[in-house]
Amino acid sequence: MRRHLLWLPLAGFLALLAIVAGGLWRPVDPTVRSALIGQHLPDFTLPPLVPGKPGLSSATMRGQGPRLLNIFASWCVPCIVEAPQLMRLRAAGIPIDAIAIRDTTPAVQSFLRRLGDPYARIGDDRASAVQLSLGSSGVPETFLIDGDGRVVRQYVGDIRPDQVAVIVAEVKALR
Amino acid sequence: MLAEAGLAALWLAAALAVLQLLLAALALRRSEEALAAVRPVAIVQGALVIAAMAMLVAVFWRSDMSVALVAANSHSAKPWLYKVAGAWGNHEGSMLLWVMILGLAGGAVAWLERRLDERTLVATLGAQALIALGFYAFLLFASNPFARLDPAPPDGAGLNPLLQDPGLAFHPPTLYAGYVGLSVAFSFAVGALVTRDVGRDFARAMRPWVLGAWIFLTLGITAGSYWAYYELGWGGWWFWDPVENASLMPWLAATALLHSVTVLATRDGLRAWTVMLAVVAFSMSMLGTFLVRSGILTSVHAFAVDPRRGAFILVLLALYIGGALALFAARVGTVRQGTMFDPVSREGGLVANNLLLSVILGIVLIGTLYPLVAAGFGVQLSVGPPFFNKAAGPVALALVVVMAAGPLLRWRRDAVQAVVVRATWPIAIAAFAFAGLVVFAMPIGVLPLLGLTLAAGLAMASVAPLWGRNLRRTPLFIWGMVVAHLGIAVSLAGMACDAAFTTERLIALRPGEATRVGPFRVTLDGLSPRVADNWSAVQARLTVERDGTKRVLFPQSRTFTDPPTTTSESAIATLADGQLYTVLGAADGQGRWQLRLWWKPFVTLIWLGGMLVALGGALSLIGRLRPRRRTAEAWA
Repeated sequence: MRRHLLWLPLAGFLALLAIVAGGLWRPVDPTVRSALIGQHLPDFTLPPLVPGKPGLSSATMRGQGPRLLNIFASWCVPCIVEAPQLMRLRAAGIPIDAIAIRDTTPAVQSFLRRLGDPYARIGDDRASAVQLSLGSSGVPETFLIDGDGRVVRQYVGDIRPDQVAVIVAEVKALR
Repeated sequence: MLAEAGLAALWLAAALAVLQLLLAALALRRSEEALAAVRPVAIVQGALVIAAMAMLVAVFWRSDMSVALVAANSHSAKPWLYKVAGAWGNHEGSMLLWVMILGLAGGAVAWLERRLDERTLVATLGAQALIALGFYAFLLFASNPFARLDPAPPDGAGLNPLLQDPGLAFHPPTLYAGYVGLSVAFSFAVGALVTRDVGRDFARAMRPWVLGAWIFLTLGITAGSYWAYYELGWGGWWFWDPVENASLMPWLAATALLHSVTVLATRDGLRAWTVMLAVVAFSMSMLGTFLVRSGILTSVHAFAVDPRRGAFILVLLALYIGGALALFAARVGTVRQGTMFDPVSREGGLVANNLLLSVILGIVLIGTLYPLVAAGFGVQLSVGPPFFNKAAGPVALALVVVMAAGPLLRWRRDAVQAVVVRATWPIAIAAFAFAGLVVFAMPIGVLPLLGLTLAAGLAMASVAPLWGRNLRRTPLFIWGMVVAHLGIAVSLAGMACDAAFTTERLIALRPGEATRVGPFRVTLDGLSPRVADNWSAVQARLTVERDGTKRVLFPQSRTFTDPPTTTSESAIATLADGQLYTVLGAADGQGRWQLRLWWKPFVTLIWLGGMLVALGGALSLIGRLRPRRRTAEAWA
């Protein structure tokens, strides 16, 4: 009996080794999981930024079917890279609302003129306050919102061309 | 040429390690020639790997950009200290440093160790060769520090600016000396298991190595803690970061080993346990190396990470530690039982110390690895101070009580009543401190209150072994124990004061405005730009005033250009009764600047205590290495 106990340290060590090896060979998942997933959007109301385009509030994002909420800025280079993908998503019939971070009216107008305008509404978030309450740490980021105003998914960084079809399918699945 | 010479030295050293291993195996089969050859081979192997490290330092010194490692990590215009330190400020170089210390230690054992039975020593050197061989393979096949670059670039990429701190020159060698020193204890344990010769000679031969490694670990942890405190600008001194834990775990195991080896050397007890701890202590340093080098845990220490290298170290870990534990299980049952002792005795106190240290080690290990386990089940989480402080804090306080009582106990057998009588003064001092704190300092938290109370009692109990002794004739290792235990009391007092009495202020000020923090009045006099070679900064001038005495502090917010990073250079006023810690934040766009101010009474005691602990270890080591006197014999 006592002899068997002497093998316990080795067994413990092998268990430890298994845990560590598991950690080493598990593929690294770089996805940042938002704590907001499955939750309603926090309450916010943002004024319009561009003439002729309404501002954005959390109340108006409910009951209008699934949509994307894109967080962008005219001063952000990856947002320029992302613009064509957003145009394709819009062309696929997916409504996109936006929050512009720390931006000005002329800069955004010029940005939309050059790169196209996929947005239904643009809220003006001068102080990043709403961005922070959404748990977004940078631009661009995109949230997939369901018909009840709940966050389904968060895409950190620019949407790449190969993601467009996936996102279209995800939105269709929510309808 | 130098790089090729270094590589050749490394290959030769590896070949000698193979020879050393074979000779040791032959010697254990009773070949007299082989027995005589093991020691010289180990010494030459050590000399060769030191030569390889010297070659690497030389190519860094000469800024030989045709060596890939130099080109990637150095720059010809760097100050000489960072050129030299750059040799180990990267993955390959630091692994070579690791192996160099291993070779140095093996050579030193071969050269100096005369007390141990020759066959056990040879088995020890064989184990040391086996460890070295794995790391030579790692260097030569997966991390060659001497690889050439063709064509050579005109100049190097430079060293990460955050690492351009004198601390870098000393921090890794200190910690590595501690990590690798424990490999010697491991090899002694394996050697003793092979020859079934676990006894007092084994413990006496191993003790200076454990003590030496432990001193280096203590210094490395103390210095690392202070470095994080002043450099990161967060005002904390310990963050339970995985890499910090990676250095704490070997220290905990080494501390336990240090005490159990004393029981073995003095009373010939705790044989199996001491062997086990020697294996565990080195396992923890290898696990630490693995965690740091594989990057499987998220940490503030951003190392270049390569899973292939992580896998290599993991295989070495599995072979060495798994092998040692299998040997332990198969052999330790045949080791004769050591001497038994009464539960209330010095030995009993040391067993309690070992158990509590092991519990803390377990808590830290579980907390550090738990995120990995959780990730296996698809849950992402991190384990931080709320867990570690709550789980390890009470155990650590219990350990302090044992620590205070231990030196007051007699070897072999003691009476509880007699111990209580001997502990009258420490208990009285602790009670006095407790009453004083409750009356004058409340409300402070429970842990800080207990911490300060116990620190007072421990400080008194630590010096108790000196009572009634002729101080000039007291053996050095007793002084070592006294100073080290006192150091823990001092450090504990610093931690408790920091937790209990720190006042913090986060405020935005316009130039000319003032605020108060603790007993200080802090005025923001103004801001000015500062420029250096590779950074620019905004520097605030703060006037700090207490009781009419003024001081001026200059905290900076620094922006490095390549790679672009912003760092806070805190400015700290060190006073006799604590530190005022100031950090400059961002401007708010309306002419105000954020300032973060902490008044931390007696926080410096934390590191002062750490240095005392290391000093105690050094005294003890000197005392053990010096020829014994009769008084020493009576106490050993």
